Amino acid sequence: MKMFVIDPDKCTGCRDCELVCSLSHEGVINPYRSRIVVIRDPLNALELPTVCVQCEDPVCMAVCPVSAIYEDPKTGAKIIDYDKCMGCRSCVLACPIGGALVDPVTGKTIKCDLCNGDPMCVKFCKTKAIDWVDIREADQKIKKKSIERYLEAVRQVRR
Amino acid sequence: MLSRKVAFVDLSKEKVVIKDIPRELRKKHLGGRGLNWYYIYNNVPPEVKPFDPENILAVGVGLLCGMPALGASRTHIAAKSPLTGGVGDANMGGAFGAELRFAGIDHVIIRGRAEKPVYLYVRDGDVEIRDASHLWGLDTYETQKEIKEELGDDRAECMVIGKAGENMVAFANVMNNVKNAGGRGGTGAVMGSKKLKAIVASGGMDLEVYDVDKFIEYCMELNKQILSTKWAKTLSKLGTPLLYDVSYTTGFIGTLNWQFNTPGEEGKPLEAENLLEYNVKHTACIGCSVHCRHRVKIEKGKYAGLVNEGPEYTMMGTFGTLVGVYDWEFVIKGNELCNKWGVDNLSLGAMMAWAFELYQRGYLTEEDVGFKLEWGDKEAVLRLAEMIVNREGIGDILAKGPKEAIKALGEETAYYLNHVKGQPNLHTDERGVPSFALGIATSTRGADHLRSRPAIDLFQLPKDFLKKLIGYEIENDFTAYETKGILVWWYEVYFNVVDSLGICKFHSVFNAPHAPSYDEYVKIIYYATGLEFTKEDLITIGERNYTMERLFNLMNGMSKKDDYPYERYFKEPAPRGLPFMRGRKLDRDKYEMMLQEYYKQHGWDENGVPKEETLQKLGIEKPKPNFPEVV
Repeated sequence: MKMFVIDPDKCTGCRDCELVCSLSHEGVINPYRSRIVVIRDPLNALELPTVCVQCEDPVCMAVCPVSAIYEDPKTGAKIIDYDKCMGCRSCVLACPIGGALVDPVTGKTIKCDLCNGDPMCVKFCKTKAIDWVDIREADQKIKKKSIERYLEAVRQVRR
Repeated sequence: MLSRKVAFVDLSKEKVVIKDIPRELRKKHLGGRGLNWYYIYNNVPPEVKPFDPENILAVGVGLLCGMPALGASRTHIAAKSPLTGGVGDANMGGAFGAELRFAGIDHVIIRGRAEKPVYLYVRDGDVEIRDASHLWGLDTYETQKEIKEELGDDRAECMVIGKAGENMVAFANVMNNVKNAGGRGGTGAVMGSKKLKAIVASGGMDLEVYDVDKFIEYCMELNKQILSTKWAKTLSKLGTPLLYDVSYTTGFIGTLNWQFNTPGEEGKPLEAENLLEYNVKHTACIGCSVHCRHRVKIEKGKYAGLVNEGPEYTMMGTFGTLVGVYDWEFVIKGNELCNKWGVDNLSLGAMMAWAFELYQRGYLTEEDVGFKLEWGDKEAVLRLAEMIVNREGIGDILAKGPKEAIKALGEETAYYLNHVKGQPNLHTDERGVPSFALGIATSTRGADHLRSRPAIDLFQLPKDFLKKLIGYEIENDFTAYETKGILVWWYEVYFNVVDSLGICKFHSVFNAPHAPSYDEYVKIIYYATGLEFTKEDLITIGERNYTMERLFNLMNGMSKKDDYPYERYFKEPAPRGLPFMRGRKLDRDKYEMMLQEYYKQHGWDENGVPKEETLQKLGIEKPKPNFPEVV
């Protein structure tokens, strides 16, 4: 089983993920149609990639009045069935992390489908600010990062 | 693909006309720099002065701008330059250009002068002229924040001017976000003269790609290619300051104006690794995985709490070697100030260093300046920079740029000012490298390293490799003059293509010999746009674009006499540096030979005038005004 590991400290704000996500899904480049969004504010030193993390118990699924969101058994991706989706955007409003979005060109609700298990954004992220890794490995990575943060805090205090 | 638009804006009449960019123009000029100069060449006659309303400010993106993984983030900004009276242009990274494309517009061609300050809001295919009276006087950061807030659009990208542009400092620049600068040529001053505070782009329009699958696949391949170069790896870690260590050890760096070619041991504190202490993170322009930018933070001391981006290598001259200061924190502070003021730090550095040397030699006195200009005096550097941006006292004279400042301070001071065609040089010292010297001298926008600098000339690459890359036998000894005219020609044409595609030079064979070049561009252009070119076609386009710039300079009064570098490089041998550098200077006869070889390669006559047959071959006609009539 795999999960996204997102590390804003590594995100350079290049937005290759947005560009290639929209291109591979919609056949055009348009950050507003990307499933992944880098919240950017360079003047305030902020780069934060946001994307659906494929929750275990997704709010989007729970709130969908027509049960249009299903889990792909192969990849674990929570996918929108557009034959059912009526575009009420409940999922967009309910998702606590902004994982579901509205495509401003088609008006359809969109969300990350994991590119069939091999996410394009990850392939294009050269600093690994977003990575799609085995859960056990992810656990290690996150722990390592926490410890680094802790040690850095200690260093700051000792200064 | 290619259903892209150009917006013609007349600020005097407050009118906008939006048109398609004809496919034929793409085939002849690509986009970005090429198309910008096509519009200016045809619409700005010699009698129009840089600050006249009839001057045109052209803002455009390269053909591949906004596409992933190619480093194609660049916006090109052009106008008749207040510094040179001819070609003035700048090339800006960041995210503005891509956003302009997502807003449906590739080029904005601006004429006229607004009655009161305005800004342009380009959104989803429309251009709105909006009041900017409340923004006038704000620095570049405040302006961007204010605009995003009033539009309620925090994804908008702004290209703005600061105080320097408003005050029409001849080398004022345009800025996007923290440190993306369209630095050279004084385009910010032209914006100021038009009372145009900003251009804001925001959009959700599609940028089409011709062959999506092949494009994505090939993007990944090119990305691997660029990231596998040593150059990209080092840039990712150190940014452009990486150039400092080799330059100050060898003797390639202007010091105390250009009296010396390196500070030697004294310059050690500025070594690139020392910047890492302040480095919080690396950031990137849109679509770039090289991420050469430092986000820096100063934790302690006088500038505690300062957070900014950069500084680039250039700033290490301006607030560093050129004025005899060797302190990273001062460089970082100076960088922040220049970013907020919106001033070209390269030009600022050369102008200030000149004033310092004039003071040393008694051409300027304490009375003239108001204080002492002693080398290494940080306060004096800051005060002088401020006076230039605010146009106070001696600062007002320096703010006019080399040509006017020399007139004001006397011909005898001209020898000390490092400029070409009225554009001040960056702080590099080219006297030991003939190809570099020729490059800054022939550059259409005046002294500048990004027009042609054949950095690979320093690498002593195998001759067969050079033959394959350049197509000619090239000497691999950087102290040689022979064949270097051809090398500079090649880079001028190549960089024109790179600029017209909107690709960053750090994704090109500027410093990385194995980076993508013509063969790769032919393929990626096809996958991206469906336009079919051969390598030879692209070279012809580069040559056509470059020759049009040359013609623009000639019609504005320039000639062969403007194709020479800093006189000091011919007269004063390099006093410092590695043993082989010491004592080196330019040889006038050999320079002349190199210049002639260069003219010939371009198909220009012995005075640097393009021959009739060359113009015919390239299909360049006399200027024909085509700015649409606005009612």
